Amino acid sequence: MKLFTFRGGVHPSERKERTRDLPIEPMPLPRRLYVPLQQHIGEPAVPRVSAGDRVQPGQLLGEGAGRISAPVHAPAHGRVLEVRDFASPHPAALPVATAVIEVADQQPSVCRAVEDPFRLDGDTLARRIREAGIVGMGGATFPAAVKLGMARRDRVETLIINGGECEPYLTCDDRLMRERGEEILQGIELMLRCLDAERAVIVVEDNKDAALANLRALCTEPDRIRTVSVPTRYPQGSQKQMIQSVTGREVPAGSHSTELGVVMHNVATAFAVFEALVRGKPLTSRIVTVGGGAVPRPANLEVPLGTLVSDLLRYCGVEEDDYERLLVGGPMMGQWLPHAQVPVVKGSSGIIALSEAETRVSLPQPCIRCSRCVEVCPAGLLPLELAKRIRKEDIDGAGSLGLKDCIACGSCAYVCPSKIPLVQYFHYGKGQLQARAVQARKLERTAELAASKERRVEEMEKAKAEQAARRKAEAAAKKAAAGTAPAENAPKSCAIEGD
Amino acid sequence: MSHTLISGPHTLARRTVSMTMAWVMLALLPATLWGLYLFGWPAINLFALTLASACLFEAGALALSGRMVRPALMDGSALLTAWLLALSLPPWAPWWVGVLGSFLAIVVGKQVFGGLGQNLFNPAMVARVALLISFPLQMTLWVGPQPLFSDSAPGFIQGLAITFGGAAVDGYSGATLLGQVKTDFTLGKGLSESLPQGVDGFALSLGLSGGSLGETSALLLLAGGVVLAIIGVIGWTIPLAVLGSVALLAATFHGLDPERYPGPAYHLLSGGLVMAAFFIATDMVTSPNTRVGQLIFGGGCGALIYVIRTWAGYPEGVAFAVLLMNALTPLLDYYLKPRIYGRLRNGDPLPKESGRKAGEGQA
Repeated sequence: MKLFTFRGGVHPSERKERTRDLPIEPMPLPRRLYVPLQQHIGEPAVPRVSAGDRVQPGQLLGEGAGRISAPVHAPAHGRVLEVRDFASPHPAALPVATAVIEVADQQPSVCRAVEDPFRLDGDTLARRIREAGIVGMGGATFPAAVKLGMARRDRVETLIINGGECEPYLTCDDRLMRERGEEILQGIELMLRCLDAERAVIVVEDNKDAALANLRALCTEPDRIRTVSVPTRYPQGSQKQMIQSVTGREVPAGSHSTELGVVMHNVATAFAVFEALVRGKPLTSRIVTVGGGAVPRPANLEVPLGTLVSDLLRYCGVEEDDYERLLVGGPMMGQWLPHAQVPVVKGSSGIIALSEAETRVSLPQPCIRCSRCVEVCPAGLLPLELAKRIRKEDIDGAGSLGLKDCIACGSCAYVCPSKIPLVQYFHYGKGQLQARAVQARKLERTAELAASKERRVEEMEKAKAEQAARRKAEAAAKKAAAGTAPAENAPKSCAIEGD
Repeated sequence: MSHTLISGPHTLARRTVSMTMAWVMLALLPATLWGLYLFGWPAINLFALTLASACLFEAGALALSGRMVRPALMDGSALLTAWLLALSLPPWAPWWVGVLGSFLAIVVGKQVFGGLGQNLFNPAMVARVALLISFPLQMTLWVGPQPLFSDSAPGFIQGLAITFGGAAVDGYSGATLLGQVKTDFTLGKGLSESLPQGVDGFALSLGLSGGSLGETSALLLLAGGVVLAIIGVIGWTIPLAVLGSVALLAATFHGLDPERYPGPAYHLLSGGLVMAAFFIATDMVTSPNTRVGQLIFGGGCGALIYVIRTWAGYPEGVAFAVLLMNALTPLLDYYLKPRIYGRLRNGDPLPKESGRKAGEGQA
């Protein structure tokens, strides 16, 4: 299969060697689970349980609300202690509504008998996927069913399965592809069936030979599902870049990939689809790579969602806060965590505790215009020029240079010799652009309302004037009817009326 | 450290600004040492003095503008600027040429604009041109190589006398190869007359001819520059564009009239061309951002160097050429932006059907 390439990109040191060969092991259930009702992009789920309720594994905790949303399920048997605000895995540890579950000692099996999903039609499959609470497992956490729905609407022909895992440290997808290839392929088959699409392409970076070999051996019908190996280059796993690698086409600005006839899902999403539709297990656990130099016993763990990061770290031998920096996700696009008292959620592909040697903090220096950032930007932007403008609060200037097209991959900040926190500037700039857009919409709405009020007042006054004129005319007519008025008065009042 | 909001990436490439500067200086080191050996104590004095005074001016300017002195001084940029300047001075120039040059480079050429990264023009070339125009006599007194410890070489004391005392010394040869050919050219003499034995490429590439420190060994400078390009400190685009355009023009005119115009080898090996191509035109601050911009920039530098060398009033045109092209850099950056992913060059979204193949061929 002919492959293409994308612009720019970097090759950070992979640092996958410590966890790449560790098989997935189940993380024991903690005593308490903190399951946030929002683990996805979109509207938070609406709670369907309250304090004191007993819950079974897979039972609905919160129901999806609105078009873009996803339900949340109980990962284990236990009792709901309360539903309250709890810190989420976010740099500001923003509190979100969270179901706190006391886990029971005795756990029933999660699997349930389900009807053969390969006999279901596309609509039913899509509904089941939505009901299972499946979201993009690569970290974007966009509800999978919504994406599939858009793909169905646009009749996509190609399903791209993202096994790129281009972030350093992370090996959860690698392990999944090596150990659970058959399940992934069944998940892909089900997605193809749901989409009524022709073919699927599993894209794997060439630093994951074993995963590639395993999947290749399993793909017996390469015309329908095939694997391709792509060069190891960050951000290969980014949707726009991977679509370009596979199809040679760029997603036009403002369009969805489905309009090009392709849709992309993560391998872990395919696995979640398999679990939900074949085993009847909604999305209540995921594979998490626990790594980084500060972790004495790194691992690839299958973690019940809602497990606290602190439990995870303790399980992997990290003493209380004995690390320099804690991240959820990979080190390129992952989020910094201010503390470990936050739960693992659907999008947490990795928990990375970095040692001091790995962080290399240094003060930013002036930009020397080396233009390395321009070379590596996969979006074709001028990061140095953007940052210069945002620094001076010239947000419009940055906007006209394409700030909105930045995918925040961080390649520019990675290569910057002056260690300028470029991505931070871009986040700020985008926030300002958005705030301005909101402000502009508000102003527009205000102007609209003011204009309509003016129109209303005008109409009212006009109506009043007309009424007054009519009364006058009527009075005149009466007078005329009384027989005393001269004849030429009548057309005059008509003229006033017609004014 | 861990209590400020930090956005990714949380892993960074190793290279820093000071490492970049250090690599460039390391690449200059062989040619510099060779040059210092060839021109002896006066050259060593001038070199040391230029670098030291540059650091003082940098520190002073930083302190005056209320910025932290240490981190900016430690980035090595002032040292590198002074290094390049020293390499472009006549090696036996008096002390005040070096010190004044440092002042012009660091204070006028760089700090006045706001310090590192802010200057429009290459500071070393600003200083060289200012000196050349203000002190044409001192700036064109070239000396033939007189290697250290050779009989004709001045000793340490005598070297001090040359640098600080303005002692007139035998051995001034008066003109560089470029200067000599240039003078003959304007007098209407043919090449067979001014260069009867042809171009001695061997002597030029080793630097066994008169000129500034940086004009000495084309070979050593080339080696340093190639190493820099290979390890990625500088790109290939600018050096190749500079050398390529000079070679192309030289070959064309030499082909038209071999008696009047010397060939590419003479131009590539003589003067400061190799140094300009790899070390001066590649200055990141004052060269364009994009490949295409860099290609035009380099090509323009080369063309101007050839034009100035051949027809203008000065025998060597590197500094003027680089400054002129520096002035074009903002324009090149403005017009030659890369195409944004998913968009046409004009910024509109790609048409939905014909997105195929549009992804290739960008700046």
